[in-house]
Amino acid sequence: MDALTHFLFGKLTWSAIPYHEPILVVTFIVVALIGSSVLFAITRYRLWGYLWSEWFTSVDHKKIGIMYMVLGVIMLLRGFADAIMMRLQQAIAFNGSDGYLPSHHYDQIFTAHGVIMIFFVAMPMVTGMMNYIMPLQIGARDVSFPFLNNFSFWMTVSGAVIIMMSLFIGEFAKTGWLAYPPLSGIAYSPDVGVDYYIWGLQIAGIGTLLSGVNLICTIVKMRAPGMTLMRMPIFTWTALCTNILIVAAFPVLTAVLALLMLDRYVGMNFFTNDFGGNSMMYVNLIWIWGHPEVYILILPVFGIFSEVTSTFSGKRLFGYTSMVYATVVITILSYLVWLHHFFTMGSGASVNSFFGITTMVISIPTGAKIFNWLFTMYRGRIRFDLPMMWTVAFMITFVIGGMTGVLLAVPPVDFVLHNSLFLIAHFHNVIIGGVLFGLFAGMNFWFPKAFGFRLDPFWGKISFWFWVGGFYVAFMPLYVLGLMGVTRRLRVFDDPSLQVWFVIAACGAAMIAVGIGAFLMQLFVSIRNREALRDTTGDPWDGRTLEWSTSSPPPAYNFAFTPVVHDLDAWTDMKRHGYVRPEDGFIPIHMPKNTGTGVYLAGLSVALGFAMVWHIWWLAIVAFVGMIGVTIWHTFNYNRDYSIPAGEVSASENERTRLLGAGA
Amino acid sequence: MHGTETDRRVFHVAEGPDHPPGHSTLLGFWIYLMSDSLIFAMLFATFGVLGANYAAGPTPADVFELPLVAVNTAMLLFSSITYGFAILAMQDDDNQRTQKWLMVTAAFGAAFVCIELYEFGSLIAEGAGPQRSAFLSSFFALVGTHGLHVTSGLVWIAVMVVQLRKHGLIEANRRRLLCLSMFWHFLDVVWIGVFTFVYLLGVMR
Ligand code: HEM
Ligand SMILES: [Cu+2]
Repeated sequence: MDALTHFLFGKLTWSAIPYHEPILVVTFIVVALIGSSVLFAITRYRLWGYLWSEWFTSVDHKKIGIMYMVLGVIMLLRGFADAIMMRLQQAIAFNGSDGYLPSHHYDQIFTAHGVIMIFFVAMPMVTGMMNYIMPLQIGARDVSFPFLNNFSFWMTVSGAVIIMMSLFIGEFAKTGWLAYPPLSGIAYSPDVGVDYYIWGLQIAGIGTLLSGVNLICTIVKMRAPGMTLMRMPIFTWTALCTNILIVAAFPVLTAVLALLMLDRYVGMNFFTNDFGGNSMMYVNLIWIWGHPEVYILILPVFGIFSEVTSTFSGKRLFGYTSMVYATVVITILSYLVWLHHFFTMGSGASVNSFFGITTMVISIPTGAKIFNWLFTMYRGRIRFDLPMMWTVAFMITFVIGGMTGVLLAVPPVDFVLHNSLFLIAHFHNVIIGGVLFGLFAGMNFWFPKAFGFRLDPFWGKISFWFWVGGFYVAFMPLYVLGLMGVTRRLRVFDDPSLQVWFVIAACGAAMIAVGIGAFLMQLFVSIRNREALRDTTGDPWDGRTLEWSTSSPPPAYNFAFTPVVHDLDAWTDMKRHGYVRPEDGFIPIHMPKNTGTGVYLAGLSVALGFAMVWHIWWLAIVAFVGMIGVTIWHTFNYNRDYSIPAGEVSASENERTRLLGAGA
Repeated sequence: MHGTETDRRVFHVAEGPDHPPGHSTLLGFWIYLMSDSLIFAMLFATFGVLGANYAAGPTPADVFELPLVAVNTAMLLFSSITYGFAILAMQDDDNQRTQKWLMVTAAFGAAFVCIELYEFGSLIAEGAGPQRSAFLSSFFALVGTHGLHVTSGLVWIAVMVVQLRKHGLIEANRRRLLCLSMFWHFLDVVWIGVFTFVYLLGVMR
């Protein structure tokens, strides 16, 4: 009997369900209630068929981009819930109080927060932006490999599902977001937490890597005629560099996690303390991925800020060429700095100096970018709409974060500040002030393109002020605490004089909570008032690049005729030269067909990950063979395209003609 | 002057797009191979760092049998040549001959995998398994990853033969044959690195 249960369920037993932890039980009930009411509503309104055929199986880059954004926003709520729990714990765990979180729980929370925010909030949202906008900017109808795009998205979802499962079945890693060995090795982390971490990231990583290959090919091969490299919109340039970084960095993550997995499952000795293992090898490898990763996140939002600044200043971007070169230089340099994350390893003065200097050198191209934005604004007719407000907030905040980064790049300073809350303040300063602010700028900027109506500015401004203000209140105290020597990842504190700073930080987190609430409210109000906020022109901001030349939302085929580009800021050029939109002569358009293969493969990969985590070997084999089978079956389908008939194209183009006429 | 020039500007093409299906496949596959080679680079680097950590266990000179590895290398090199013949047959539009050479390639590939499994088996039997030392861990990881790649190449060849039988040398199948060809030769190149750095230099160490 025992042998049979063991065969069927591996390590999984009832004790893996945390019903003895009140916090988790309440969370579970809330999640279950929300989840089942959403499922109920979908069933009630008969939306499953629609969702399946119009969204889940869609290979349209625009729909996939939107699904990435939805995933990112949902995971932001989870990641932020973790953050606010930590802030509360640290605000009250003084004077002998243990706070309300036991240590094994607290350790999972900071790990889950970091992992979720980086891999399942920032990455999907950045990828979503690139997916949606870049093909439109280069005048293409889709990406190079539309099915692969859908598959990549669903693999990212699988990773997120596996991470979320750990909340209610078993536990998550207690190792910090990079899972350094030997702590993450089997000797010190014998339970399933690290396995959830490994499989969640491996599966999501495959999706990210393939999407990188896909987007590079798209940019290289599918640009509209006339769009030379130096006429590419700057966001597309940053997307190109980002995807090159993805392709050149994610295999390193795959390899190093695979080695950790071998240590844990097979008992090998890569990173163990004995039998010749070397845990510093892991730290080196993971940061060879990790530092490029932060540039993968920031480069595209630099692109967003560039587009926003030039559009809302009504001017061509100042120093376009230098902006491109700065981006390329950052791309290259980002591979030469990884050791700044562990100056304290003891590599010696010359190695540390080398990496300290390369790190400081990165601030030169970055500084050049800041000046380019400032000079773009100089003497421009600036319109302070929401995207521009986020951009200005970014410029101020990011400069502060950049300067504390240069401080940390000085090895002797780092010896003092390493692993302290100063570091936590620094990287939240650049990630929130850079990546998140950029994503908000981008969402407010491109939302009307994607949905045909603007986002409500009132709630948008409330969200803006609470996010920006809340960020400063939440993280400036951490600089102070870090300078006083408080280290990161602490659950309780001895020195009562520190408490006030943590209380201030908690207030800041509460303000950010209001900012997030206002953002959701902004979405809700905008959908309710969509008629009043409607944009019929397709070009609500007087845009400069090709995405604004088509309707909002764009038709499935994006452009009835492929545009021809004569200048940087192609759409401005077209408007200046009296471009006339063609109103007849439409021809059928070739498009890829939808397919459910991506969803099936992702579902099987969740089963595979889950089975590997719990050592349910039969299920792992079934899922793996199933994945191979589905893939092979998919390659036997040679008939992947269909044609949109000319009649349908003219129908939707005539509708646009009518709207444009009505608006004028 | 400026005016006349702008009047002639064309802002869109009237014909269909110039992106036939599969127009980026070879580039995409090439980029994928580059990323795969990075995985191997990391495994080589790991072997470079850990390859001398014997933990008082066996050293390369104790466990590697160079003649066997030489035979193995020959198998893989032959399979690359025969794959070349398959591509030549494809260029002659000879479907039968293409399939035949693919099967010969698969036979050499399968021989390679079998010899490798035999080698692994005898290492483990001698007590030189992957758990014994960091040297052996990194050896098994690197060589094993390569072997897994060859195995998936074999599955791919099998699928390819079936697809050639069903649809012949159509455009899509030619493209797939070229991708598979890149994959197969890529594994050859990686193996040369393995043979040199792991086996030859290992024994000399
Ligand atoms: C939205 C407001 C946010 C708040 C209030 C917040 C708060 C925190 C707190 C309290 C910690 C633990 C600090 C400690 O070790 O004592 C932390 C760690 C961390 N946060 Fe955030 N965070 C936020 C957003 C983000 C975002 C957007 C990202 C990335 C995209 C992020 C990434 C991380 C990472 C990687 C860690 C390190 C986790 C570890 O120690 O392993 N956070 N954050
Ligand atoms: Cu770094």
